[in-house]
Amino acid sequence: MTAFSMNVLFAVVWVAVSGSATFLNFLFGFVVSALAIGLVREQAQGVSYLRRIGLILSLVLLFFRELALSAWKVAVLVTRPKLEARPGIFAFPLTVDRDFEITLLANLITLTPGTLSVDVSEDRRTLYVHAVDCSDIEGARRDIRDGFERKIMEAFR
Amino acid sequence: MSLVLTLVTVLLLVAGGAFALVASIGLIRLPDVFTRMHAASKAGTVGSGLLLLAAGLHSGDLSTFSRALAGFLFFILTAPISAHLLARAAHKVGYRLHASTVVDHLRRDNP
Repeated sequence: MTAFSMNVLFAVVWVAVSGSATFLNFLFGFVVSALAIGLVREQAQGVSYLRRIGLILSLVLLFFRELALSAWKVAVLVTRPKLEARPGIFAFPLTVDRDFEITLLANLITLTPGTLSVDVSEDRRTLYVHAVDCSDIEGARRDIRDGFERKIMEAFR
Repeated sequence: MSLVLTLVTVLLLVAGGAFALVASIGLIRLPDVFTRMHAASKAGTVGSGLLLLAAGLHSGDLSTFSRALAGFLFFILTAPISAHLLARAAHKVGYRLHASTVVDHLRRDNP
């Protein structure tokens, strides 16, 4: 994350130099310095900084889509005259292993359709997820693994 | 332009209010604490977020809007954590899952 802190530093410097401390100006400085760092990094390293920003943005987009979908699903579930829930807690084997990534994944899972993270095992290998519909546990696991977990791995590795 | 803005604000207000209502209906209707947290964390977050966005848009002021946006972001950051802690605490003290529950791997792995 050193490139990111450098990016923030550059943006702060930009705000100081241009002498207008507004959010828009900070954003502008951030974008310009991201481009600059991206250019330099392109020469120095294999992992492109700009590409990483793109991946993080796509994670954010996926998150907002899932959040809207999940609120809609809750709405459909509770306004139906007959409640048809088959709730349960299933274990999800974690591939990500850093604290930051596990926290992010747990929070994303909580705000996505039908799932709520309840606990992480002591050895940090398993995430316990409560789901409203537990009829297809394998499918739910696959959704998390191929959705958020893969995106997190792509964006932060 | 101002008509469009007004219409969007109205839409956001109605949708936000509807989701807040749905969240509270969910709190009453769903069977146990875990399923209730689903309603509170998801529909509640979206509902209050839409209301904040509506307030920010209505002000027509960029700094107010970015503050409303920041409020929404803090909702997104904090709602899942409180839901997670409540669910975890409820499970730790042995709050029973509803009879319709099909599996409980957490109980299985931590007898």
